[in-house]
Amino acid sequence: MTAIDPTAHLTSEQIEELGRELDAIRDEVIAGRGERDAAYIRKVIAAQRKLELVSRGVLLFSLFPPAWLLGTAGLSVAKIMDNMEIGHNILHGQWDWMRDPKIHSTTWEWDHVSPSEQWKHSHNELHHTYTNVIGKDNDLGYGIMRVDEDQKWHPFHLGQPLWNFLNACFFEYGIAAYDLELGKNLSKRRRKNPEFRARAKAVGRKIRKQVLKDYVIHPLLSGPSFLPTLAATFTANLVRNVWTHSVIMCGHFPEGVQVFERRSIVGETRGQWYLRQMMGSANISGSKAMHFMTGNLSHQIEHHLFPDLPSNRYAEVAVKVRALFAKYELEYVTGPLPKQVFSAWHKVFRLALPNKETEVRAPDRERELVAA
Amino acid sequence: MTSAALRSRAWKLLEMVTTPLLPSDYLDLVSPLREGADLRGRIEAVHPETGDAATVVIRPGRGWRGHTAGQYVRIGVDVDGVRLWRAYSLTSPTHRRDGRFTITVKAIPDGKVSNHLVRRAKPGTLIQLDQPTGDFVLSQAKPAKVFYLTAGSGITPVMGMLRDTELDDVVMVHCAPRPQDVIFRDELHDLVADGKLRLIEVHTDTDGVLDIARLDELVPDWAERETWACGPAGLLDAAEEHWTGHGVLERLHTERFRPGIVVAGDGGEVTFSVSGKTVAADGATPLLDIGEEAGVLMPSGCRMGICFGCVTPLKAGAVRDLRTGGITEAEPGVLIQTCVSAAAGPCDIER
Repeated sequence: MTAIDPTAHLTSEQIEELGRELDAIRDEVIAGRGERDAAYIRKVIAAQRKLELVSRGVLLFSLFPPAWLLGTAGLSVAKIMDNMEIGHNILHGQWDWMRDPKIHSTTWEWDHVSPSEQWKHSHNELHHTYTNVIGKDNDLGYGIMRVDEDQKWHPFHLGQPLWNFLNACFFEYGIAAYDLELGKNLSKRRRKNPEFRARAKAVGRKIRKQVLKDYVIHPLLSGPSFLPTLAATFTANLVRNVWTHSVIMCGHFPEGVQVFERRSIVGETRGQWYLRQMMGSANISGSKAMHFMTGNLSHQIEHHLFPDLPSNRYAEVAVKVRALFAKYELEYVTGPLPKQVFSAWHKVFRLALPNKETEVRAPDRERELVAA
Repeated sequence: MTSAALRSRAWKLLEMVTTPLLPSDYLDLVSPLREGADLRGRIEAVHPETGDAATVVIRPGRGWRGHTAGQYVRIGVDVDGVRLWRAYSLTSPTHRRDGRFTITVKAIPDGKVSNHLVRRAKPGTLIQLDQPTGDFVLSQAKPAKVFYLTAGSGITPVMGMLRDTELDDVVMVHCAPRPQDVIFRDELHDLVADGKLRLIEVHTDTDGVLDIARLDELVPDWAERETWACGPAGLLDAAEEHWTGHGVLERLHTERFRPGIVVAGDGGEVTFSVSGKTVAADGATPLLDIGEEAGVLMPSGCRMGICFGCVTPLKAGAVRDLRTGGITEAEPGVLIQTCVSAAAGPCDIER
């Protein structure tokens, strides 16, 4: 948290003007969506399926170390593609405009233990609407970590570097638990809530199917390569989890990203909402391949401004958005992956301890200006 | 265990292998037209017929059940990346040896799909198909005397019949603006030359729109003939009135192509067809709010168009996107975000 509100220099007229300029960027992309974009997502989906098929095929012979390495690498990439560029973005409705029932937010299911339906609620609805609002956006530390000075410290937070490491390794399970709001729902009374039980059951079903596929069926099909295949799938899941966790941490945790108070969003205008997304997100700079492997979530700022624009358009949108940041003298938080990952982890470690007494705190009055 | 049960077990096992996808998601990569796949077709050729009409040759997937002459098929074509569904009459005979079928499409002004098919569709393109359907077909017992009354692209189902079934006594009145606008003109004249058809062309640019009363003069025995009529609503309305007036309506079979065209306005009657409620809506209030106020159980989420938690089928009518002003018209499979859409005329929401 910065002591000084980085948007204090903007008048409310300027903020609304900024909103209109962002709307214009959005409208332009929507008007230009077409065949090229549709061909892109179809190509990516086909490539992912072929890569997964070939990798699983190679793993049938994973008794031989080169086959193990090749198959594991391929499967890791396939799983990352499935979750990031394909799953995350389709579930955002980015491709609903194609009216293809097979590539649609209402029908897509992903290689993940959290069922699409539940993830869409916690991610699309809660996180994207209440981005970085303390107490409303559970993505701020996923309910197990403290990632901002304004969050209350508790001795539990001493262990947060460890929680974060474990969360990275088993990220998909972390997300499933998070989508279920497990912590909140495990109390005796809430456990019995039929709605919660139905959702927990759905997660159980999904976990069973995923585990059966990765750790029983495919290893069995590999015959003598049973154990190497099992190890390969475990590794691929681990790689995917650590990668997605790292990318996602870079979206809102690096230094320079702002958080907001609950009351600051009451009566928020469109311009103010946009401004909050701008100040609450951070990008990752890098090559085209990097952007692809992050599912274009390296363009997190652009994604948060326009969560339903097709991911292949974020790169061109980023140029215009960045120009607006400059025009309105706002800080565009970005950096290469290692730097951003380090920054996020540094914060996790730093905030495991209570705030230093000497730190200058912003008076509340000033904080409210963020969304005034 | 029966072989069917075995096969279903094997399929279940395969589903466990491919979860969360289905085996068909992978099979579609290599064999989209196979038996058991969702019905699709591949465009194999596009032959121009007139300046604005073309015949599209389609190889259907294995699941294609074939058609009866006069029927139509709904096809789903991706135009500018968006899947749009339209119905077209089949123009090929039913006994075509090569397993392909044809539709003949006339490009209508501003018609997205028709212009795409006539001018831009490329051989090799996959399209989605439904099974052929429609009861605009010849009766089981061949009628002794037949009259085909057509206009414009209304000739297409009738051409399917002409090519399929040879009848003894056939008269056809066909209306088109100019001679060069008559689709299948050469083939029709060949039939005339072979004595298989008596053809009367009405060129509306010079002759004016066909006055149905002229039928007495053009086809004196029209009332005795089993008649199949297809064309614009005006022609069909006039025909129905004429046949009714003479008490021979049972001999008239009609096919209407285009249901009422949606005129997008501002607000309208909104029907929530599942809950059976109809309320008036203005052109500025989100349909989500309209539904909730009427006590309809509406799914909702962010209420600002970003989470896609409120998408709902639009069964009829048109809605306006409150952010962009864009109009979305009802088509099968069209879903709208109720939180950022308002009524643009009467519409039917499946809730």
